[in-house]
This record gives sequence, C-alpha cells and structure tokens, in this order.
Amino acid sequence: MKRVYAREEFCAGCKLCEVHCAVAHSEYPDDIIKAFLKQKVKPTPRVLVEENQPISFALQCRHCDDAPCTKACISGAMQKDPLTGVVINDESRCVGCWTCILVCPFGAVQRDAGGHKVASKCDLCSTNGGLPVCVQNCPNDALVFTDELWGR
Amino acid sequence: MTLSLSTPDFLIERNRDRCINCRVCVRQCANEAHIWDEEEQRVKSDDALCVDCQRCVTLCPTHALTIRKYPLEFRENANWSANAIKAIYKQAESGGILLTGMGNDQPYPIFWDHLLLNASQVTNPSIDPLREPMELKTFLGRKPEKLMMRDGKLVEDMPPQLELEVPIMFSAMSYGSISLNAIKSLAAAAEKTGIMYNTGEGGLHKDLYKYGKNTIVQVASGRFGVHPQYLEAGAAIEIKIGQGAKPGIGGHLPGEKVGLEVSQTRMIPEGTDAISPAPHHDIYSIEDLRQLIYSLKEATQYRKPVGVKIAAVHNIAAIASGIARAGADIIAIDGFRGGTGAAPLRTRDNVGLPIELALAAVDSRLREEGIRNQVSLVIGGSIRNSADIVKAIALGADAVYIGTAALISLGCHLCQKCNTGKCNWGIATQNPQLVKRLNPEIGAERAANLISAWEHEIKELLGGMGINAIESLRGNRLMLRGIGLSDRELSILGVMAAGE
Amino acid sequence: MLREGQVRIPSGCAISGIMNKRGEVFSGQDIIKSIALMHDRSNGLGGGFAAYGIYPDYPEHYAFHLYYEEQAAKEKTEQKLNSLFHVAESGKIPTRRVSSIRQAPLAWRYFVRPKPESLLEDESEDELVVRTVMHINSQIKGAFVVSSGQNMGAFKGVGFPEDMGEYFRLEEYKGNIWLAHGRFPTNTPGWWGGAHPFTLLDWSIVHNGEISSYGANKRYLEMFGYRLTMQTDTEAITYAFDLLLRKQNVPLDIAIATLAAPFWRDIERMDPERQKLFKTVRAVYGSLLLNGPFSIILGSNKGIVALNDRLKLRSLVAASQGDFLYVASEESAIREICPNPERVWAPRGGEPVIGLFEEGGNLV
Repeated sequence: MKRVYAREEFCAGCKLCEVHCAVAHSEYPDDIIKAFLKQKVKPTPRVLVEENQPISFALQCRHCDDAPCTKACISGAMQKDPLTGVVINDESRCVGCWTCILVCPFGAVQRDAGGHKVASKCDLCSTNGGLPVCVQNCPNDALVFTDELWGR
Repeated sequence: MTLSLSTPDFLIERNRDRCINCRVCVRQCANEAHIWDEEEQRVKSDDALCVDCQRCVTLCPTHALTIRKYPLEFRENANWSANAIKAIYKQAESGGILLTGMGNDQPYPIFWDHLLLNASQVTNPSIDPLREPMELKTFLGRKPEKLMMRDGKLVEDMPPQLELEVPIMFSAMSYGSISLNAIKSLAAAAEKTGIMYNTGEGGLHKDLYKYGKNTIVQVASGRFGVHPQYLEAGAAIEIKIGQGAKPGIGGHLPGEKVGLEVSQTRMIPEGTDAISPAPHHDIYSIEDLRQLIYSLKEATQYRKPVGVKIAAVHNIAAIASGIARAGADIIAIDGFRGGTGAAPLRTRDNVGLPIELALAAVDSRLREEGIRNQVSLVIGGSIRNSADIVKAIALGADAVYIGTAALISLGCHLCQKCNTGKCNWGIATQNPQLVKRLNPEIGAERAANLISAWEHEIKELLGGMGINAIESLRGNRLMLRGIGLSDRELSILGVMAAGE
Repeated sequence: MLREGQVRIPSGCAISGIMNKRGEVFSGQDIIKSIALMHDRSNGLGGGFAAYGIYPDYPEHYAFHLYYEEQAAKEKTEQKLNSLFHVAESGKIPTRRVSSIRQAPLAWRYFVRPKPESLLEDESEDELVVRTVMHINSQIKGAFVVSSGQNMGAFKGVGFPEDMGEYFRLEEYKGNIWLAHGRFPTNTPGWWGGAHPFTLLDWSIVHNGEISSYGANKRYLEMFGYRLTMQTDTEAITYAFDLLLRKQNVPLDIAIATLAAPFWRDIERMDPERQKLFKTVRAVYGSLLLNGPFSIILGSNKGIVALNDRLKLRSLVAASQGDFLYVASEESAIREICPNPERVWAPRGGEPVIGLFEEGGNLV
C-alpha cells in the first residue's frame, strides 16, 4: 500500500506538514486562517516532526500491516480497511480509552485536543482521495507518498 | 559595552490578521529575527537581525509577512548616503574590514542593457526553431589555425576540447563556500543539460566523482584538494588567478566552516582556516604561469584542456594575450559584478572592469594578433538572462559562466550574507541544519530548468536573426547596436550605434 | 550616400552559370540569354559576368581589368603596375553604346607578368598580384580592379545584366565557363565596382542571398590578413574559398563542409571516423560557416562549384546536357538556352554541384 515516508536528510524542520495537517483535519479544512484563528480549540496535527537538530523528520501512523492498535481497540473503532490498508479510527465508536496510544510502537496516535475524547491519528487524508496534505505541502520533498518500500 | 549606533536595515511587517503563530518563521530564521514569546503565546520579530533573505516570507503559510527597507532616514545628503554613514558606524565599532557576499551592487552602467540585437526582415528569412534545427553545440579549447589532412583523412587529432550542448557553464564555487547540496544540484544539472560545473578551490567531494565528465576542476593559489585523481577526474582543469568580485585578493574560508567532510575534501585539518594566498606563490609572472599550465597538461597526459581564470582588470587585453601565448586553452574572464562567498566590500565595489568592455577588448585584441582561435573565451560576472548570453557571444565569447544566476535558481535571494555562513536557503553554509534545506533533487531540476529555458530563448533569438548555429553568432558584432553609449564606448565594444 | 564598402548593402539576386567540361569555348550569347530571362530578379542596379578561357593569347599572363573614374587614377595605377610587372599589352576594353547604361567608368585591361625582383621574400606570384590589387583598391582613389586572374575576366557594372553584356560586347568573346549575376540591392548609389561577380586571382563568385553570419565570417577572415573592403557577402565567400583551398590546401569537400556544414544530427548518424572528421571541421572552422540564405557559383580555371546554404533557403537548379553543365537560380533560365537537358535536378541544401574540366585536374 501507499504510505508516507520521511526523507530525514531533506527535512528542514519547518513543520509546515504539521500546520497543513492540522488545517485539513479542522473545522475549516479550506481556510488556514480560520482554522487557526476562528476555531475555538486549536487544531491538532496528526503528523509530528520529531527533532533533535540537525536531525528532524515528520512521523505519522505507519498503517502497519499487522496493526497493534486495531487489535488492542476495545470498541472496534480502530479498523484497518481491508481494501486500502488504511488504519482509521471511527470516532463515533471511539470511547477514548487510550489503549491504542499505549500499544502504538511509533507513538503515532494522540489524544484529540479538540474537546471530544477520542484518539487522533493520520488517515492518509483518505477522505480527500489525493495526496496527503503533509506530502503536498512539504517545501523540500522530504515526504513522499509511495507504495515502494522506502529507505532501509 | 558602549552603545551601538547601528540601526536596522530592514523592517519585518507581520500582519496579525493573518499570522497563525505556527512558528514556521521562527524555525526557519538562522538569524533568529523571529522569536516565539512563550508568555504571550505569539511570534514577535527583531528587525535588527533581519537580512531580507525572505526565507520566512516564502515559507509563511498565510502570507502574513513582508520585509521592507527600514524607514528610518538620515537627513537628506547627496554626498553622505545612508550606506556610507552606516559603514562608518560599523567600522568605528569593529575596527575591521567590511566584508560582504555576492557581487558588486553599485549603480555602475550595465552595458548589456545598452546593446540591442538584430532580427531578419525581408532580405533574409528568420528561422523558426520549432521547425528547423537550431544548433548551440560549443567546443572549448585550442583550435588549430588550419586542418591538416592527407588522403581525405585527418593527419592529427584536434587538441582536447570541452563539448557543451549549450554555451553556458556553472562558474567556480567551492565546497566550503557553498554547501555540498548546492554543488550536487549544479553537478546533476550540468550532467542533465550537457554542460559543465566548476569545483572552485574546494576540491572534489567523493560523492561528486561520478559527475567527472561534467566537471571542471580548479587549481587555485591554496592548492586545496589537488591530487592526481582530482586532476584526472574532471573534463578540464582551470587555474584560478583571480575572480571579478575581488581581483588581487585571495580567499579565506574560516575554520568554523571546515567540518570533517570539507577538511577531507580540501586535505586540511578540521577546524583550521583555509587561506588561499592572493597570488599563486609559484606564479609571479607570465612565464611562471606557462610552467604551471604545462605542468598540469603533463600531469594529465595532454588529454584535458587547461584554462586560466582571471578577473577583468584595466590591462585585461594584454594579460589575456599573454595567457593565450602561455599555452592556456581556455581563458575565463570574470567581470567586476561577479559574485563571491566573501569579499572585502571596498574591493568588491571598486576594483575591476565591466565584463562587456573587457570581453570586447580581449576578443578584438586576440583577433588583431591573429591568435583568437588558439584559445576559447569564457566570460562571467553577472550574466542575468539569455539575452545577456546572446550579446556576450555576439561580442566574441565562446561561452559564459553563470554563478549568481545559478544560485538564484536554487533559491538564493541575494541578501549578500554568504560570508556569515547562516544562509537560510542552504546554499552558502556548512551548518548541517541549514544545508538540509536544499534538496539536491529539487535543486538539480531547477538549475537544469533554467539552462533549458535559456536554451530555448537563445534559439528563439538566433532564429530571429536568421542564424541556425551558434558559431555564426560568435564575434558577429554586426548583430549588435549600441544605445545611449558614447563614441568611445561604442568603439571599445566594436559596435555601431542604433540607427546606423 | 555611402557606396559599397562604406556600408553594408543587402541584396536579392539572380545567378546563372554554364561550363563546358571538355574546355571547349563558346560565345557569351547563351549566358546573356539565360540571365536576361530572370530580369525581374534584378532591379537594374547591378549586373555582371565572369568568363574563363577568353584570353588564349595570354594564358600565363595575369589579366587586370580596371575601372577608372578619373584620368589621374589611371596614371597612378599604371605607374604602380609598370613598377611591379612587365605589361605585355594594354588597351581599352571594347564597349558599345547602350541607351540604359550611363556613367560608365573608363574600362581598361592589362596583360602582365610579375617582375622577379618585385617578389618579396617567400612571396608567390599570386600573392604579389593580391597585394597589388589590395593596394590599388584601397590606396588609389578612383581606380578599381575588377578582376586579376589568368585567362579570365570580369565584366560588370550598374545596369541590368543583359544590358551589361551588350555594353561589353560579350557575344564577341568565347569562353569555357560563363557566370552571370543580376542584382537587386536594397539601396546603393550605383557604383560600378560594387557590382558582382567578385573576383580574386582566378576565383570569381556570383552569389544570391544575405548571409547572417557575415560579421563572424569577416572577423575570422581578417585574422588571416584579408581586408574586407566591399562589405559584401560575395567578398567574404571568395576569401573563405581562397583561404581554405589556396592557402590551406583543404580538400574541396571539406571546404564545402565548412561553408555549408552538415547538421549535428546528421553528423551523429555518420560512422565514427567521419563523425570525428566533421566534428573537427565544425569545431575548427565554425567561424567560416555561412549562415542564412545563399546560393553561389564559384568559378576558377579548373571548373565550377555551385552550392546552397544547408537549409536551402535560396533557389538553385542544375542541369546537364552532353559536355555542358548548367546552374541557375531558376530552371527556366536553363531551359531558355538548353530546352531539353538530359538531367535536371535541384541540389539539396549543402550538397554541391561540382563541374571540373576533364583535363583540368583538381580544383586546388
């Protein structure tokens, strides 16, 4: 399946991926200014730039083939789509027990800061059907979206 | 500490209606002009630190930033400009030489902008480059005066030549003065477009050997990174005598830029200053240059053209003639607008000659002496666009070097702070955090795009003139007319006035 | 108004050439008829002819054709000629009254041999002649050398070519090569010396076109000592041939590949040896490439070469019939004098038509 891979050697650490991810998953996905300034709770990015300069890279859910979060989920909200392979948290079923956060080996699941008690994680922008916004907006091509196994 | 009299050069304007406090600007400014105020939970700026490199402006996702010239004005004075006063404040504080980066920015005349190109009308047809072949292939190197043939076969091979698909090359910029990613970008772009890049006096990093056939390796006064494999690796060797931004001045790469890889490539201890002497200490005269030229030819079995790069100075025509007679295959002349990683400000802004005049004088002189075909002429020193190139070739150049333009294609915004090592675009820096910002894949594509775009434009201009091979433009000064020039300037340029 | 040499004047033209490969001579009537058919390709501001084999009585003598605008020029020129050469015979070039021909200069010819003592060290007779021609043309006001080759001569002036032929009574001459030129200059004060063909020694060139590489060609030729006083393409082409063929002994096919070089894309398709050869030719002689439209006929005592630019931007047709070879700007100009040639063809751009005398050997 297609995944987002980080190319650490080109990550400028600007965190534009975080900014655009937060907007895409906000109440105003098409208006960055409203998303940040009008929405009551600051939008949360589902990608996080890990950094210890000069090293930095963006990390998001790896959509594991054998995803521990789906197994650990107590309500069946966390599911891997058998067709696309995308691991998605059905927020209507999520009870906010944080078991998924505990088991994720990458630390890629977070608590949603938006007020409702659900787990928040990368959905590969599967609702917009195209390139994930983090990849789209990376100024240095440090993120790629590909089905080839990237890197080591 | 006493009071500093320096005032900011730029004003950072932040539109608070648009700023989302995402802190991209804070993270991108190596000069730390943008600051995160934890208490106020918002971004603020310090104008005094801004160099107007526009990295923050370009990356700001909401276009909330603008940089302006600082509005503070001194009392109007036609003699004492703000720059003149500020320079004195700076020197009164530091007691040192003023340093700067990039090329001469003073308002001297730009002769390219006083030259107009010809086009065909009626008496001969213009040529459409989309329909007809349009040939830009260029050979750099010594050409024999005549072809020796026997029984329809060549008696001897041509002396070694550099073959260019477009008469453009990336000029010398060393590893040290610019980042490895910047060099990788240019090397890959050169390979892609069939042209050359030049190592400068930085040696050849191990990752760059694969671009050998598109590489000109430089031998300069510090002889950094020169060893047999290095000389063999390139397609040509260039002896650097001087550069347009700082004729008569050597180079100084401060120790903080000499990290492990730079140190290995230059073959000097890590952290030591790399000082290139002002002259080559084995070249105090023209006959010494001849020795070095032939030493390098000998070392490479006469298989590679050896060029000499000099800055355009007053007596340029005679110097060039001497270099041709000393055995150089290529002479590169760098005009006074040529860029640099670091130069004394007063040298940069006051020494040398405009490349247009230097080129015209040298080409005319070499032809008068009947030795123009013995040597190829490459000029640099602020070629800004394809029309400048066409004009340069019509004046007599074989090819041009582009340095500043190439860096602009990689993102350079001409903030002239290369010497600080804080290049926010990852170009003129060795700071790994900044170097990462230039992805050589993107860089190579952008630089190659620039060459292709100019290639198309050169073809259009040639076709308009009814010319379908670049060699028919070379030295064809009838294709130029001068506008707004004195008789003296016209005669030096060897062109007629517009209307004649 | 500035005259030819003081200013560069672009022109359109008609050209025609006839040769007999066995060297048999024939009258100038045919060439006049041929060029006259292309009347509309010239505008009455220039016409001329070059004829070879016309002076069988003086085959070894250099035949100087001179135009004088004033008597003083004639005296100075003759002084110069007498000092350097033995003059075997001289006299006025015969003309007849033609109503359209006006302001003709005095036309005089001299058959001369160089005095051995006139030759500078290492100077050949040809070089002495060239030196003398350059001297007269640049130093003696009102005098102009029209041609200076052996057993050949040029006849040219301001007017339509057919009128010029009549004026110079060319039907009375018999030659084995005849070249003709009708000119359509865009502006000219009408100077007889500025008409074509242009000659040097026994080279003569008639040319149709305006080469856009002139500035590059000129400055390259100047490096080899040529002074391009006429500022015409024809002059530049003549000197290019002279440099390559006479001075540098380059084979004819290479000279042609220099002036109308094959495209790089064609060179890429050649076998490695030819590829290297043509690459070298283009690299070494790039400045002699003739760019822009042209069709030319080069005449010499050895034969003719007709050539188009490599894009074939000017018309050029060739035909053969028996021992005769014809080349002209238009097919009609050939059929006018040879209605049913055995072969008619339009040479491709850069592909030469070469006609050599069977007895004459090589062109160089």
